[in-house]
Amino acid sequence: MTARTVLHDADITRALRRIAHEVLESRRGDGRLVFLGIPTRGTVLAERIQRLVDEIEPGTSSVGSLDITLYRDDLARTPTRAPAPTRIPDEGIDDAIVVLVDDVLYSGRTVRAALDALADHGRPRAVRLAVLVDRGHRELPIRADFVGKNLPSSTSERVSVRLADVDGVEEVTIEP
Amino acid sequence: MTGLLIRGATLLGETREDIRIRGGRIAATGRLNAELDERVIDADGLVALPGLVDLHTHLREPGGEASETVLTGTRAAAAGGYTAVFAMANTSPVADTAGVVEQVHALGLQHGFATVRPIGAVTVGLEGERLSEIGAMARSRAEVRVFSDDGRCVHDALLMRRALEYVATFDGVIAQHAQEPRLTEGAQMNEGALSGELGLAGWPAVAEESIIARDVLLAQHTGARLHVCHVSTAGSVEVIRWAKARGIAVTAEVTPHHLLLTEELARGYDARFKVNPPLRRDDDVRALREALADGTIDIVATDHAPHPAEAKECTWAEAAFGMVGLESALPVLQTTMIETGMLTWEQVARVMSSAPAAIGRLNGYADPLTEGAPANVTLVDPAARGTWSTGDLRGRSTNTPYAGVDLAGAIVSTVHGGVATVLDGALRPADEVASAAARQREAARG
Amino acid sequence: MKHLLSTRDLDRETAVGILDIAEDMARTADREVRKLPTLRGKTVVNLFFEDSTRTRLSFESAAKRLSADVITFSAKGSSVSKGESLKDTAQTLQAMGADAIVVRHHGSGAAHLLAHAGWIDAHVLNAGDGTHEHPTQALLDAFTMRQRRYGADSRGRDLSGMRVVIVGDVVHSRVARSNVWLLSTLGAEVHLVAPRTLLPSGVESWPVTVHEHLEPALALDPDVVMMLRVQQERMHAAFFPSGREYAREWGLTAERFAALGPDTMVMHPGPMNRGLEISSAAADSSASTVLAQVTNGVFIRMAVLYLLVAGSSEERA
Repeated sequence: MTARTVLHDADITRALRRIAHEVLESRRGDGRLVFLGIPTRGTVLAERIQRLVDEIEPGTSSVGSLDITLYRDDLARTPTRAPAPTRIPDEGIDDAIVVLVDDVLYSGRTVRAALDALADHGRPRAVRLAVLVDRGHRELPIRADFVGKNLPSSTSERVSVRLADVDGVEEVTIEP
Repeated sequence: MTGLLIRGATLLGETREDIRIRGGRIAATGRLNAELDERVIDADGLVALPGLVDLHTHLREPGGEASETVLTGTRAAAAGGYTAVFAMANTSPVADTAGVVEQVHALGLQHGFATVRPIGAVTVGLEGERLSEIGAMARSRAEVRVFSDDGRCVHDALLMRRALEYVATFDGVIAQHAQEPRLTEGAQMNEGALSGELGLAGWPAVAEESIIARDVLLAQHTGARLHVCHVSTAGSVEVIRWAKARGIAVTAEVTPHHLLLTEELARGYDARFKVNPPLRRDDDVRALREALADGTIDIVATDHAPHPAEAKECTWAEAAFGMVGLESALPVLQTTMIETGMLTWEQVARVMSSAPAAIGRLNGYADPLTEGAPANVTLVDPAARGTWSTGDLRGRSTNTPYAGVDLAGAIVSTVHGGVATVLDGALRPADEVASAAARQREAARG
Repeated sequence: MKHLLSTRDLDRETAVGILDIAEDMARTADREVRKLPTLRGKTVVNLFFEDSTRTRLSFESAAKRLSADVITFSAKGSSVSKGESLKDTAQTLQAMGADAIVVRHHGSGAAHLLAHAGWIDAHVLNAGDGTHEHPTQALLDAFTMRQRRYGADSRGRDLSGMRVVIVGDVVHSRVARSNVWLLSTLGAEVHLVAPRTLLPSGVESWPVTVHEHLEPALALDPDVVMMLRVQQERMHAAFFPSGREYAREWGLTAERFAALGPDTMVMHPGPMNRGLEISSAAADSSASTVLAQVTNGVFIRMAVLYLLVAGSSEERA
């Protein structure tokens, strides 16, 4: 049961900075950017990416969170969990470029739920997906536009993202 | 086999003796040798009691055969060690005429499991308006001596006064269901903190106590006998104690369930625990046990009230009042009164046999288990321990409140008028009991 | 949570959790699409043995917002009035695949019986049983109080420090019972005001302060005054002499209302008897939360349905 650290705090900071740049590069025209994190750690990552973007191009982006608990397709299989708050920036998401942010991309079901939830809030011009770690094993035709690190893993392995704001330490680990 | 020899029983829990039964009577007691034509019942370790007498049984026949009949009810009685039951009048038609009471009485004779003494209604149709034909019922073959509107209270003071006076003419007694009707409209359970919390309409103690107080004064005024059914509160005990101290001719009964169970059982809204009068508080249970021990309460009566399953499988307010109690009565008494040291077996024999027989003017129970007395005997295994279940019931209905409760003691054998109705814990077949009872009657006549 | 039968069964954490989820549900109300897919494929049955259009509509609307299939079964004119028992009805609904049964019944304990008699294994939600409890009403009342008091900053908070005066027919009120248990669990200070005839036996053992007159309770400057509905018929059973006398002694008259503090909320579970327990001046004022209570009722019921029905079946055991 030894956990191997695959990203240290500096690696994470570098990955987020790279994602911020890639997002800006990929933006064609002058579309408004809305970063929506999927709670809990996706929200933290979204805020950090948006801060970086705001430093480079001030005033062109905003950030919020999008809870997907009520849209999950595995509700009946897991114990009931309390939803986390959804915060949509006041300007809304209509015609914006929404970047969904999550910590780990795995089966793709969370993102599917997020797309459903997003549709109930409005109609963005485009939706992108940014993740810190892509560990593979997709069960749906979903891929990330911006990836911090591709991390090939076996399904029996456990990938954990810990962030300073939530967990007190900053690292990504993998354990058998 | 023309006789029975009960060998090695502990009579009334006191002395170890053999009992010979011949021709429906006790032929001898002491140390006896078995004779060739005798069936021997080994009663080693068993307590011999006189056959039990229940002054308050609902046999439901006629009209309520879905829940009980005279046959099924007296089989339940025999299984509980009873040899005589007084059948309440709230049947359909109501037992308010000589015709109905004679029919019920005859059914009891025919089946042979227990003597059935019908109770006559005080008022026509239990309506509380006109006296029923008390004289005709008293003079009928059923020889009715106990009159009751049980299920309802004779609440009209004038009617109660007249009933007491009139019944006295026939050496009868009014068995009053003490419940002030206006104070208990829609009542569902004991009034108290729990009824307030559960949102069930309360049945206040004062509704029972005020009627008993009025009735003992009427009994004093008329000089007639009064019997109070199913006393359930500490306050009622105080009133009766006061009345007895004044020399008023009042007797009182308590049910086994009021000696053991409390209102807390209503918490789960399980209608098996819905009964009238309702289960009360711990303090009441304690007062009732003490009153039974000191003689303020004279007897134990079951208020055996069978109901079909659907009458209990519904919301509390819609459910019927009542619980079955014949089979479990003696185990409850052993659990609550014997094992606590509050009564001896001899005293249990008094409160469950001779005293109720005396109140109901039933002959043959005054000097039980003595030579020449009618052979009504119950053998109890006081060492038996078990968890009660509906499988222990022998009547037609299963609304027992004791399922899952540990009760002490078990009835092993019952002999009614010389005829064994229960042997080794099992009821004898109905046809055997009926024909044995018929032979016994023939012999008695011849 | 398998069933919601009584607010007595809720601890502080669970109760606050329900109110917080209701906040999330409330957020969905001002989105473009109000409907959530959460209970898609689940069947919620409204089993109403008692007429109550507003409660039934509230539950229906809550279940539909969560995309559940809703069957409403009104006992009037159905086989129930032809003698079919609660047991048979419940088993029929179970056979139809009900995941949850929302039951309203005139008998105290009916919901408890459905949940525990072993007839069915669906989730049971008590929508009012006799004179026993009405837990979702108390939850929506608590939600409304918290929202008025803390606004957007409500999440995670209880009702500590709030003083609530409940006035009227407590003995016959399931709303009062559910509120007494819930509000005290949430830390509020609860006062009951009623003539003795309308107080339940054993009220002295409740976690409340009892007053027989209204003025001394209103003088405490309460945060909330909740007026209970008084049924006119009660006077025939000698609970009080007349509607006029009741209104004078225990009604929230215009004068009493005018004397209340500026932030005092006036609540009523509805439907109101204007001129009896509450004056129009009070009912129609900005202090009145009556309409907010109706709106919040849907959010609370969504939250409870979500908690009961969405979870895994293993958790039900």
